[in-house]
Amino acid sequence: MMEQFFYASEVFINGLMTGVMYALVALGFVLIYKASGVFNYAQGVLALFAALTLVGIMEGQVPFRHIINAIFGTHLENFGWTVGPVLAILLTAGVMVLLAILIEKLVLQHLVGQEPIILFMATIGLAYFLEGLGDVMWGADIKTLDVGLPQGISESIETATYNLFGYGFFIDRLDIWATIIAALLVAALVAFSQYTKQGRAMRAVADDHQAALSVGISLQFIWIMVWSIAGFVALVAGIMWGTKSGVQFSLSLIALKALPVLMLGGFTSIPGAIVGGLIIGVGEKLFEFWVGPLVGGATENWFAYVLALIFLVFRPQGLFGERIIERV
Amino acid sequence: MFYREAGDFKTSYCDDGQTFPIKLDRMGYYVILGVAAMVVPFVINDYWASAVLLPFLIYAIASIGLNILTGYAGQVSLGTGGFMAVGAYAVYKLMTAFPEVSVLIHILLAGGITAMVGIAFGLPSLRIKGFYLAVATLAAQFFLVWLFNKVPWFYNYSASGQITAPERTVLGWAVTGPAASPAAKYLVCLLFVVFAAWVARNLTRGMVGRKWMAIRDMDIAAEIIGVNPLTAKLSAFGISSFFVGIAGALLFAVYLGAAEVTEAFGINKSFLVLFMVIIGGLGSIFGSFAGAAFLVLLPVLLKNLLVGALGWPTDLAAHIELMIVGALIIFFLIVEPHGLARLWQLVKEKLRLWPFPH
Repeated sequence: MMEQFFYASEVFINGLMTGVMYALVALGFVLIYKASGVFNYAQGVLALFAALTLVGIMEGQVPFRHIINAIFGTHLENFGWTVGPVLAILLTAGVMVLLAILIEKLVLQHLVGQEPIILFMATIGLAYFLEGLGDVMWGADIKTLDVGLPQGISESIETATYNLFGYGFFIDRLDIWATIIAALLVAALVAFSQYTKQGRAMRAVADDHQAALSVGISLQFIWIMVWSIAGFVALVAGIMWGTKSGVQFSLSLIALKALPVLMLGGFTSIPGAIVGGLIIGVGEKLFEFWVGPLVGGATENWFAYVLALIFLVFRPQGLFGERIIERV
Repeated sequence: MFYREAGDFKTSYCDDGQTFPIKLDRMGYYVILGVAAMVVPFVINDYWASAVLLPFLIYAIASIGLNILTGYAGQVSLGTGGFMAVGAYAVYKLMTAFPEVSVLIHILLAGGITAMVGIAFGLPSLRIKGFYLAVATLAAQFFLVWLFNKVPWFYNYSASGQITAPERTVLGWAVTGPAASPAAKYLVCLLFVVFAAWVARNLTRGMVGRKWMAIRDMDIAAEIIGVNPLTAKLSAFGISSFFVGIAGALLFAVYLGAAEVTEAFGINKSFLVLFMVIIGGLGSIFGSFAGAAFLVLLPVLLKNLLVGALGWPTDLAAHIELMIVGALIIFFLIVEPHGLARLWQLVKEKLRLWPFPH
C-alpha cells in the first residue's frame, strides 16, 4: 500500500517536471498571442529550428550543405571548428532575432487586420516552411545536443529519499535543471514586462493596438521584439527537449502538447500557461498510471486534448483567460 | 475572343439560377465529364492512376467535405485525418462483416457512420469557436487515431495491426483488392466525386448553404434573423464528415488497399486537406478540385524535376516541397485569400472582354 503511494507520488513529481517543459513551450505561445493576437502554431517548429541551429553552430556544420552538394557536386561537411555552448547559444539567439525580423517583414506586416483564424493558418504555413528550411539547412538526421546540462537519475535524491521514506525516488537531473531554468525565465519575463520601458510598451500594445500607436509606440518594433523573445523561449525549450530526447522532427510535435495546456490555462495568461502545463503534465502521467493499463496505454497522446475539450465546454475561456468568448 | 456570353439569353429564373448559367461553361462541363467517364478509363495506366488521378479524386472529395465545414460554415477543423480514419475503418468492418452487400453501399454507410462521429465531435462548437475550436478538433484527431490503434476489434485482431481491403466487385469488376484494374478503381472514385460535387453544390446554394454562410459571416446576426445555430453547425459537421468519411473509405479500400492508422491518417493528412481548401479557395466547390489537383500534382512535379531531372536526393526534394507548400500557404493567404478559384474567376472575367478591355 505504502509502496504504491510512493510510486504514485513519484509519478506525480515526474508529471510536474514534464508539465514545466510543456509550460516552457506554452509560454512562447502566450507571449505572441498577448502582444499581437496571433495564435502561433509555429512555436514548436521554432523550438526545433532553434535546436537544429544550435547543434549546427556547435558542430561547425556548413549550412545548406546538402543543397550546395546537390547543385555543385561538392562534398562539404563541416567547417572544421567547434563552437562552445555559450557562444553558440548567443549566435543562435541572434539567428532567432533575424528570423523574427523576417517573419514580421514578410508575413505579419501583410496580414495586419485580418481575422485571427487567417493568421493562425498563416502560422501553420510558417511551421511547414520552417520545418523544411531547418531540414534543408542542417540535415534531417537525428542529432544529439549537449550543452553541458547534467543528465541521468539523481543519485543523491534517490539515497536521501530512501533513507527518509524507505523508497528511492527516481528523478531526472535534467528535469530539475529544466524546472530551475524555467522558473528563472518566467521571473525574467515578468520583470521585463513590469519594469522596463519596452515591457510596458509591449503590455500597452497587448491592451489596445490603436491606443498604443497613438501614443507613439512602434507596433512593428514591438512585434519584432515579441517574436524575438518567443524565439528565445523556443531556444530554451529546444535545448531542454533536445538534450532530453535528441534533436529530431518529433520535437516540433511538443507544440501540439502545448495547445491543450493553453486551452486549459487561457490563451492570454502567463500564470495560466504554467498552471495549465502542470495540470496537464501531472494529469496525463497519473491517467496513464491508473487508467492506461486498462485501455492499452499510450493515453498521453490524447488525454490532454480530451481534458481540455471537456473543460472548455464548461469554461470556454480557460482557467485564467480574460476574454469571455461570446456565446451564441 | 473565345469566351463569350453575348446572345446567351435566359427567359426563366430556372435558367438563370443553374450552376453553369453560361452556355460555354455548361458545354465545357459536359465535355470534361464525358472525357472523364468515357475516354480516360480506356487510356489510363497504373502510373497515372496511382500517382495522379486516384489521389486527386479522393482528396477532392475530402476537400469538398472540409470546404463545407471551413469554407461555408466557418468552423475550422484540424480533425480531418481522424474522420478519414473513421471512414476507412467503418468500411473495413462493413466489408468484412457483410461480404455479400455491394461495396458501394458500404462506402456510403461508412460516410454515414463518419457523419455521426463528426456530429459528436462537433458538439463543442456550440460553446467555443475560432481557434479554440480548431484546437478542440485536434482532440478528435488524436483520440480517434489512438482508438483505432489500441482496440483490436477495429482491425479484426490482425497480427500486424493493419487493415487490408478484401476483394469486392461491382458489376463483376474487381474494384478493391490486388486484382482491381486501374480503370475500375478510377471509375468508382469518379462516381463518388461526381456525386459529392453534385450534392455539395446543390446544398450550398440552397437554404442549408445560406444558413451555413450566415453562421460563418456573423453568427449572432444569423441567429437574430432566425438561423438556428445548433442545426446549422451540426449539419455542417455532419455533412462535412460524411464526405470526409467517403474519402477515407475510398483512400483505404480503393487506393491504398492496406492501411495503418497512424501512418495513413495522421495529423499531416488533416493539414494536407486544410491546405487544399486554402489554396483552392475557401467556400468554393471548384476550389476544392483546384486545391486537390494542385497539391497532388506539386509533389509529383517536384519529384520529377528535382530527383528525376537534376538527380538530387529524395529527402532533400521532400524538404524543399515542405518549404514550397508552406510558402505557398502564406502567399495565398496574403495575396489571394480566395485561392485558385478566385484566380480562375478573374481569368474568365478578363477573357470576357479580351481583346478589347473596354
